[in-house]
Amino acid sequence: MEDIVIIGAGVTGCSIARELSRYDINITLVEKEEDVACGTSKANSAVVHAGFDATPGTWKAKLNVAGNKLYPALCEELDVPFKMNGSLVVAVNEEEVNALDELLKKGKMNGVNPLRIIGKDELHALEPNLNPDARAALDAPTGGLVCPYELTIALAENANQNGVKFWLNAPVTDIEVMGDYCFLVKTPKGNIKTKYVINAAGLFADEISKMAGAEEYTITPRKGEYLIFDKQFGNMVKKAIFPTPTKISKGILVCPTVDGNIFIGPNSNDIEDKYDTSVNAAGIEEIITGGRKLVPNLPLKNVITSFAGLRAVSNTNDFIIEASKLVKGFINVGGIQSPGLTSAPAIALMVKDILQDAGLDLKKKKDFIPHRPKKYRFRELGSEERRKLIEQNSAFGHVICRCETVTEAEIIDAIRRPVGARSIDAVKRRTRAGMGRCQGGFCSPRVLEILTKELGADPLEITKKGPGSNMLVGRIKEFLQDEGGDQNDN
Amino acid sequence: MITKELVIIGGGPAGLAAAIEAKKHGAKDILLIERDSGLGGILQQCIHNGFGLHVFKEELTGPEYADRFIKELEEIGIEVLLDTMVIDLTEDKQIIAVSHKKGLLQIKADAVILTMGCRERTRGAINIPGYRPAGIFTAGTAQRFVNIEGYMPGKEIVILGSGDIGLIMARRFTLEGAKVKCVAEIMPYSNGLTRNIVQCLEDFDIPLLLSHTVTYIHGRNRVEGVTIAQVDDKLNPIPSTEKFISCDTLLLSVGLIPENELSKMADIQIDNVTGGPVVNQRMETSVPGIFACGNVVHVHDLVDFVTMESRLAGRGAVNYLKNKMPQQKFIKVSPGSDIRYVVPQLIDAENILDEKQNFFMRSTRPMEKARLFIESEDGLIRAKVLQHIKPSEMINIELKKEELANKDIKTLKFSLQEEGVDNGN
Ligand SMILES: Cc1cc2nc3c(=O)[nH]c(=O)nc-3n(C[C@H](O)[C@H](O)[C@H](O)COP(=O)(O)OP(=O)(O)OC[C@H]3O[C@@H](n4cnc5c(N)ncnc54)[C@H](O)[C@@H]3O)c2cc1C
Ligand SMILES: Cc1cc2nc3c(=O)[nH]c(=O)nc-3n(C[C@H](O)[C@H](O)[C@H](O)COP(=O)(O)OP(=O)(O)OC[C@H]3O[C@@H](n4cnc5c(N)ncnc54)[C@H](O)[C@@H]3O)c2cc1C
Repeated sequence: MEDIVIIGAGVTGCSIARELSRYDINITLVEKEEDVACGTSKANSAVVHAGFDATPGTWKAKLNVAGNKLYPALCEELDVPFKMNGSLVVAVNEEEVNALDELLKKGKMNGVNPLRIIGKDELHALEPNLNPDARAALDAPTGGLVCPYELTIALAENANQNGVKFWLNAPVTDIEVMGDYCFLVKTPKGNIKTKYVINAAGLFADEISKMAGAEEYTITPRKGEYLIFDKQFGNMVKKAIFPTPTKISKGILVCPTVDGNIFIGPNSNDIEDKYDTSVNAAGIEEIITGGRKLVPNLPLKNVITSFAGLRAVSNTNDFIIEASKLVKGFINVGGIQSPGLTSAPAIALMVKDILQDAGLDLKKKKDFIPHRPKKYRFRELGSEERRKLIEQNSAFGHVICRCETVTEAEIIDAIRRPVGARSIDAVKRRTRAGMGRCQGGFCSPRVLEILTKELGADPLEITKKGPGSNMLVGRIKEFLQDEGGDQNDN
Repeated sequence: MITKELVIIGGGPAGLAAAIEAKKHGAKDILLIERDSGLGGILQQCIHNGFGLHVFKEELTGPEYADRFIKELEEIGIEVLLDTMVIDLTEDKQIIAVSHKKGLLQIKADAVILTMGCRERTRGAINIPGYRPAGIFTAGTAQRFVNIEGYMPGKEIVILGSGDIGLIMARRFTLEGAKVKCVAEIMPYSNGLTRNIVQCLEDFDIPLLLSHTVTYIHGRNRVEGVTIAQVDDKLNPIPSTEKFISCDTLLLSVGLIPENELSKMADIQIDNVTGGPVVNQRMETSVPGIFACGNVVHVHDLVDFVTMESRLAGRGAVNYLKNKMPQQKFIKVSPGSDIRYVVPQLIDAENILDEKQNFFMRSTRPMEKARLFIESEDGLIRAKVLQHIKPSEMINIELKKEELANKDIKTLKFSLQEEGVDNGN
């Protein structure tokens, strides 16, 4: 019998798993996809928000500001790239300038500090590529950037090192309530008996809550689309540049990533299908128009890829983080829309408190490992370090992804690490192989080969992103026979 | 730190020809660096024939063409490092390379020739809406899977773009028993060589849909189909013409881009149109002593021209090493009407290496017949009638040294004027 089953391996579920792995309890995390960070946690703006935007008094506001403060130490401990480069909210007309004052007030109430409004000259000196009409901006130096899937993966790796079990490719299909603090969580991979269930299922948290007979709420997907530019334009803006926000969203940003690209997006459109992460022509139009308002000269010829993410918007329009009053031992962590990434470390602490209040005995482990296994990023090293690494392990001398300078050693490591990669995209998220300007054209056959070797699999079994997404469909000459048969029939 | 007289980065046809030519003209201490485990570059996966008509006057396959150069390279004894990737190049010709056998190498060269080839454009670069499932490949990646690894990346295929690699793969897939449903090309003309349209599509009844593009990719895990639509004269899709085609694979053959990461590290000036370095009459870049040739300079459709250009670069490098500095009095070469680009972009007429100079260029659009004008600021140098002009087929013009030298001209312009159509209004 497990003490806890966490459902959903996004940044929320993995933060909770890692936090709870400090204690002497048995935890299993179940995830329907083939890897962690396959949901909203891999497709968002990746901004560690300062916290000026959320309505004062909401969970969003409190947990945002608290989460923001936890980031530097957390990322340091887990060796996750994080930059506190600051955020700017830009006003281009009088009305927006007035709105900045409101935002400043809200920010102060939320406890964001420092926070100030800067004038035109200072703004344009900071960001020379901005729209010349930009008049003023709210300057929030505590805004930061993180790689959201790398953080999620790091949390999962470290949780796994500290004993959390991961069930991947295991969608929860039903939850049987066998009594107070006693559940049977059902998945096609098998069932797990547990005392507590933590529902961190993102877009599907409403359905999970319903399965257990806990409080009902609804989650509506709200899509945001993005375009990413080639790294050569990485200096276009230095800070996350927001337009003055509207009621429904923070608007379309022009923003650096922690890895040195620039993106524009997201737009904000309610949709019905929780699986619909397609990018549409109208959406691309919309974000280009939005992006141009902030930075008129976007290098549109140098877009390297597009993607879309879905916000999990609850009908309360706030995070829903609470022990169920109807079902003892069931804890909802739903409606985690933006700023959910920023809030995750604070949400994890809050969930720990909820468990303690519910009576779970939390004793600290003596042998908790705070760091994940050392990760080498060849592209970031100097010549001396590179020389030494290749001497220790010659696979560091074999560059597999030429755009991002990722070596064979790093790819093998990604597969062998705790909660290791099993697909081309999983390798990509862990190493950046295939994320550069050629988008895997050069390295995907080579990554496939390494996966084949490491997993002892057949090349035909290797997938892009889990079941049904096989890269190859057959061996050469194989179709010739079936084709011949068909022709005879005709 | 290792020192070398001449380092060549990239062992495709460009690197091979440049190395051999440099050796023949007196360079002694040459090192050729190739990141792959064998020489020959992209030719090794081009198992079709059609290589060498100009250079050898016979039709060879890609590997056969490469082999002739590889043999010669071995015979004349040029040092080669395989499985070694250059990861850094500086303006003063310091090179850092890595390999699993030799570790990290630091090399100082007197002269360098860049022959890194090109890469394929990808989906994002052209922004196709829809999902991001498995089953979207660039044509070259698919070619590698089929011809080198022996696997089929798909069974029912739609090809976007009529670049040569896509056309070649249409035939290859068909011969393997896969079904190529169509080739959609956004332009009103094809982007491949005429011979490839005939031999790879028409001979196999594969429809070429001109003025068509893919507007949506369907399928969450693996491609399940694409929506294609006709485009208007501004290349915008016409919604009423959209139709769904089921397929498990979308191949992209939407163009190639010179691979110039290293050139940029060395602060070499890049031509915005070609995407490759600006070069002079001896294929030298804006950094003296660093030369470039082949697809890294501009994308070639015929390997024969790569060889020609690379021989020039090999000799140019030797020329530089023997301290024959050009006068650096450059004629600026520029494209005029209906010419997209001209290579080389700069000519030091007094220091042209032969009695003649080749100019490679591409037109902006197809024309049945046109007159090519070559003018300096002083007036017409030469005019020439050309037939069957296509942007996909490179135009090669030779000017005699005496047409350019001793004339004190500063500019040279190449332009096309279409003939036989009424431009009167
Ligand atoms: C466009 C956009 C921009 C954003 N920008 C920011 C930002 O800049 N800063 C910020 O702080 N936040 C931002 N957010 C919000 C942030 O991304 C989310 O709050 C956060 O990623 C939510 O993480 P999660 O773990 O709750 O959800 P998810 O990452 O979606 O994880 C939920 C997991 O549950 C799994 N699951 C679902 N159903 C089941 C089942 N039945 N059985 C097993 N597993 C299941 C899913 O597969 C998924 O992996 C943005 C969001 C969007 C969409
Ligand atoms: C699919 C296809 C079909 C073609 N069909 C024909 C045809 O039918 N007839 C014809 O005449 N021509 C054809 N061509 C054109 C011709 O093959 C190319 O123009 C020619 O190969 C270009 O030569 P290259 O040496 O410049 O580049 P490549 O052949 O690409 O060689 C570049 C080499 O540099 C190496 N390299 C790159 N970067 C580094 C680095 N940093 N360190 C070390 N090494 C590096 C690469 O590994 C590669 O081996 C075809 C081309 C393709 C792609």
